[in-house]
Order: sequence, then C-alpha cells, then structure tokens
Amino acid sequence: MTYLIMGWGAIIALCILMYVILDGFTLGAGILLPFIRKDEDRDIVFSSVLPNWDGNQTWLVLSGASLYGAFPTAFSTLLPTLYLPLILMVVCLLFRGVTFEFRLKAKAHNKRKWEALFTFGSIAAAFLQGLLLGTFVKGFGSDIHYLVVPAYKWLTPFSITTGVSVIFGYALLGATRLIGKTTGELQEKYYKLAKVAIVIVALFMVAISIWTPFVDPTINSKWFNPARMPYLAILPIVTGIVFIWCWIAIDRRHEYWPFWLSVTMFICAYIGFGYSSWPYIVPHAITIWQAASPRYALAFTMVGAVIMIPVLMFYTFSSYRIFKGKIKNVIEY
Amino acid sequence: MDIAILSRIQFAFTVSFHILFPAFSIGLVTFLTIMEGCWLKTKNPLYYRICKFWTKVFALTFGMGVVSGIVMEFQFGTNWSGFTYAVGNVLGSLFTYEVLTAFFIEAGFLGVMLFGWDKVGPKLHYFATCLVFVGVTLSAFWILSANSWMQTPDGVVLKDGRFIADDWLHIIFNPSVIPRYFHMLLAAYITTGFVITSVSAYYILKQVHLDFAKKCFSFTLAALTILVPVQIYVGDSVGLEVHRNQPIKTAAMEGVWNTQRGAPFLIFAYPDMTLQKNLFALKIPKGAAFINTHNWDGKLVGLKSVPRADQPFVPFVFYAFRIMVGLGLLMLLVVFTSLWLRFRKKLYDKRWFLHICTWIAPIGFIAVWTGWVTAETGRQPWVVYNHLRTDYSASHVNLYHVITSLALIVIVYGIIFGYFYFKFLFKILRAGPEIKLESYDQPFTYLVGSRTEQKK
Repeated sequence: MTYLIMGWGAIIALCILMYVILDGFTLGAGILLPFIRKDEDRDIVFSSVLPNWDGNQTWLVLSGASLYGAFPTAFSTLLPTLYLPLILMVVCLLFRGVTFEFRLKAKAHNKRKWEALFTFGSIAAAFLQGLLLGTFVKGFGSDIHYLVVPAYKWLTPFSITTGVSVIFGYALLGATRLIGKTTGELQEKYYKLAKVAIVIVALFMVAISIWTPFVDPTINSKWFNPARMPYLAILPIVTGIVFIWCWIAIDRRHEYWPFWLSVTMFICAYIGFGYSSWPYIVPHAITIWQAASPRYALAFTMVGAVIMIPVLMFYTFSSYRIFKGKIKNVIEY
Repeated sequence: MDIAILSRIQFAFTVSFHILFPAFSIGLVTFLTIMEGCWLKTKNPLYYRICKFWTKVFALTFGMGVVSGIVMEFQFGTNWSGFTYAVGNVLGSLFTYEVLTAFFIEAGFLGVMLFGWDKVGPKLHYFATCLVFVGVTLSAFWILSANSWMQTPDGVVLKDGRFIADDWLHIIFNPSVIPRYFHMLLAAYITTGFVITSVSAYYILKQVHLDFAKKCFSFTLAALTILVPVQIYVGDSVGLEVHRNQPIKTAAMEGVWNTQRGAPFLIFAYPDMTLQKNLFALKIPKGAAFINTHNWDGKLVGLKSVPRADQPFVPFVFYAFRIMVGLGLLMLLVVFTSLWLRFRKKLYDKRWFLHICTWIAPIGFIAVWTGWVTAETGRQPWVVYNHLRTDYSASHVNLYHVITSLALIVIVYGIIFGYFYFKFLFKILRAGPEIKLESYDQPFTYLVGSRTEQKK
C-alpha cells in the first residue's frame, strides 16, 4: 500500500513536471512573441510548437485525472479552494489553444490580432500557474475541507512573485528551445532573449529560495534542520552550477545545451518545492497517506499506468523525433 | 440563487458546447479513416482531396474539443467537490484510464496525422490516422462508462459516505454502458454524416467541386441509410434499458404520472409539475407501454410513486425526448428518400432534395444535445442515481466566484465557439476542397522539410 501511494505520488509529480517542461516552452514561445517582429519569423515560431502542443496539454489532463483517481480527497479540497485562479487558468489555456487554431485560419492582416491574443493568453496562463504554485507551497490552514471551503487568500505577495517568476521561467524554456529550432538572425535573437531571461530567472530563484522557508514554519523547520543541512546544500549548489553552465552555453552559442540545462534548473526548483511540501499533498493540512484512494482502486489504475506511461514516454519522444530539426518553412494544413 | 443551481448552469453550459465537438470529431475521424483507406487502396486522387479537405475541418473541431475538455475536467473538482470526494476512486480511475489509453494516443498521433504528410510515408500516415480513430473511439467508451455508472451504479460498496470500488468489471461494464455507448457512437457518425451530406449538397447546388461533392454525397447518404435504422434499433434498446434501471426517468420521458398498464404515447402534452398531471394531451393509446416494454399492456411506474423532491424536472426530459425522437424519424424519412432517388438514378438531380440536404446539417447536433438533456436531466435529482443527490455534491465556494466564472465562461465560449468557430468553419467550407495541383504530384512538399535535409 505504501508503495502504491508513493508510486502514484511519483507519477503525478512526473506528469506535472512533463507538463511544465513541455507546455512551458510552448507558453514561453507565446510570451516572447512580441520580440519577434517579422511575419516570416513568427510563422516559424508557430510552426515549431504546432505539431506537439496538444500532446503537451495532455500531461496536464493526466495530472488532473490521476489526482482525481488516486487522491480524491486532495482533488476535492484543492480545486474548490483554488476556485478562481484555477478556472481563470484553464480558461486562459482554452483561449491560448483556440488562438493557435484560429491564427492558422485567419487572413494575413488578422494574424497579428490573434498573435497578440495568443501572447496575452500565454502570459496570463503562465502567471496563474505560478500563482497557484505559490499558493500551494505556502500551504493551507488545517481547517481546509472538501465541502466547507474557507475564504482563502491566493493573492499574496509570495504567490504574485512566484507567478511573475514562472512567466520568466517559461520565457527561458521557450527561448532555449527555439534556439534549437531556428537559424541565423532569428536564432541570434533568441540567444539574446535567453541571456536576459536566465539572469532574471536566477534572481527570482534566489529570492524565492530565501523567501520560501519564511512563509510557513513547517517549511522553515525542514530547511533549517542541522542534521539535513549538508545534504540540502547540494540542491542550491547544483542549481548554481547549472545556472553558470547554462549561461556559458548560451554565451558560446551552443544549440541544444541551453534547453536541457534550463530544464535541469526547472527540475532543481521543482525538487525544492517538492521537498518543502512533502509529505503533504494539500500542504500542511492533508498528507498523501490521508488523501489516497483505497488499495483496490490504486492497484487497478497502477496496472494501466505501469503499462502505458513507458509507452507514452516512448511515443511522445518519437513524435518529437518526427518533427525534430530546424524549421525552414511554415506549417499549414 | 444558490451555488448548486449556478454550478449546474455552468456545467450544463460548458458540457453543451463540449459534447458537440467530440461528437463531430469522432464521426470525422471515422470518415477520414475510411477515405484514406480508399485512397491507399485505389490511388484515386479524389480520395486524397476528400481527406485533405475534411482533415482541415477535423483539425479545427478537434482543437475545440480538447480545450473545452480541460475546462470540464477541472470543473468536476472546483464546482462538484462533494461528488468528486465521494466517487473519486471509482470515476477518477476511469478518467485516468481514459487519459492513459485514449487521450495520449489521440494527441500523440494527431500531430503526425495533421502535419506529417511529408514527414512519414503514406502507410505510416494511415497508421497514425487509424490510431487517432482508435483513440477517439476508446475515449468515448471510457467517458460513456463513467457516465453510465452514474446512471446505473454497480460494483461498489458504500463506506463513510464514499463509493469504494469493489469490482472493476461491474463498474466499467455497468448495466447501461453497452447500449448507451453504441447509441452515442452511432449518434456521432450520423451527426457528421449529415454535415458532410449538407456541405456536398451545397456544392452540387452551386455546381462547384462536382466530382468531390458527388462522391461524399453518395457515400455519406449510403452510410446513413444503414446507420439511421440501426440507430433507431439501438435507441429502442436504450429505452428498454432505461425503463429497466431508471423507471422514473422513463416516466418523465413519457409523462406518466400514475403507475399503469398500457400507458398511452403522448404526441404532445404539457406535463405540469405543480398539478402533477398532463395538460392538453394528444395520445396514441398503449404507445408508451409498447415502446418501453415491447408489450401493449406493459406496466410503467408513475412519477407520483416517488416524492415530489425525487422527481426530475419533467418538462425538460419530456420535450427533449420528443425532439430527439422526432428528429430521428425525420432522418429516417430523408435517408429513405435518398434511397428511392438512388434507385431512380436521380440522387444528384432533384434540387428540392439537395436543398433539404443543405439545411439538414444541424439535425444531428440537435438530436445529440436533446438526447443528452433527456439522459442527464432525467437522472435528477441524483448525480449518482438513487445514491447521491446533486445539490449535496456542489462545492460550497464563494457565490461571487461562481458568478464570475460563469459570466467569464459564457462570454469566452460565446465569442470563441459561438462566433469564431463557425466563422472559420464556414471559411474552410467556402474555400472548398481545391488544392494546388503540384501539391498532389508531390503531396509531401508543402510542409517543413527536415528529414531529407538531415540525411544530406
């Protein structure tokens, strides 16, 4: 039973991470679109994300469905508590998705309008995801309950900061990913954008790392535990090294390293937030042990997950392989 | 206004939009799978043009279905936490399987299907199309299984106010899933069939894209001639199943207030909830008894056998059911007419028939929607039939938050789906299936080239 619950916790964590990385660079491409002036260049940006964006979102759908199935108590508590930012976030994703489709079909002189809306949707979705992250990490009171939802503050200085930081984080992912998909002047532009983004992201990461232990005493006692300090120190050190390495990679105009190093920075931050929250699935109120479904349900879905997730990883990978390489021309139907 | 009502309005609104897109995409991808198969077999470029054209419509529609689906998923938790708390380990698991086995297949191969014409060979492309077909067909199964479980819950034990999964076979293959699944699949095929028929009829009337239009027109009408009668038969078995498992829903559909043998079929009536009887009834004697039990003197349970509070809102169920059945009969009339014209070799010549076919496009959507209203409002006041009441399931969130989200959703959906979807759909339809000739000679050049270049 312990393994089943741990397993499902790990699967959900993996799904969210996959979503954050894959949709992160798609949203990032939208966030950085205003810096791309030429129409041809914009077409290339859209072509680079078009074949896969639907698959990327499916990881979010899987995170939601697994949370619903494996930890229904958490699903039924977190979602109504985060009602407004969550609904706004999914509506932004909807908005972003349709502007994608409609832009393809629109007349040339209307494309710009759809692109502006696409950027707006991307920035808003990224900000709201960061806001949700900040609210989640800060945690909830123990009075949280699936039926009686306390009026909860999700608009706090901390959550706004995490919201803004995610915008820059996704911009970094988008820029480094597009470096690999473009050439020439456009690629050079993304190198410059990536350089700006990585510095801002680093500043936010430092600020949030210092701030997080002080938003809640439970987190504080976890990070400032003398026995664990030497191990915990590994995380910021690794993050720092990856950051410098990534900066050098951008500076030396490597094509693929910057993206994978940015992804590593995201994973480091993710581990940090995960450690702050563990073992709570509704931080500081409900643990994953309390929220889990009964054994029979977890075992049933685990069979499917064990068979299907490697398959999913494989064909996500092969679908990216088919569309790999530089974008030269524009995709349309 | 209480939160449960607002949440119900929001759910009904979002699902009403959402259901139309998957219904249309399921039908389209099935059509595309058949047509691409024909293309591979015959190498006739006409089939290639049919595929390319309807793929554009499919891409647009599928995208709408995906994004509106994400809203649905999160809405379960945000607005119906009492429900998700009680059924999470059962329905959440079914959703997990839906995403694992169906959504990822769709999403993973959709890119190849839409954009991969020049990236992969024709056989691999067809394989991708087939997998998207398998994906949508499976996802329809999982969602119908979850929904049917709410109609006819089985395979669970109740413990501390929660449904605990006890037997997955009984949960997945609950008593109503099989007829309801086939009813929905056929509904999707028929809905799409009438849209394709309508577009083709329009082209024939305008005397444009004639070879393309005639092929589609003839094929879909032939398919519909088989599908519509089969659907009526399957619909009848759904009716029998509903009567067996949810007699009060049958009573609401037929406007039966008192338990009786040989109940009449009401062609028209106003079922009055306060008086608990029908006004202005126009009856066919023993009709309802025969339809629902296949016996002229079959017994139908009346609505009055349960307290007022346990009755669904009868007029919704009653009228929605009548509209659905009426449209079904109209479809039957159209396909029989087409059969008659086909035998007289006048299928493409009768302008009145082409005009009817042009205007018939929305018929399937209205039938799907009214069928859904019948099934879902007929289940009320239960969310899990006879076990969990809808108003106990709503989240107790801030009222103004729900008003805000509802207003936002109505505006965004209204603009996006109500206006722009149709605008771009009609744009595709007006442009027609013409493709540049060179792009057929080398069908895979107009897209991105990277594979060949990598090899260099």
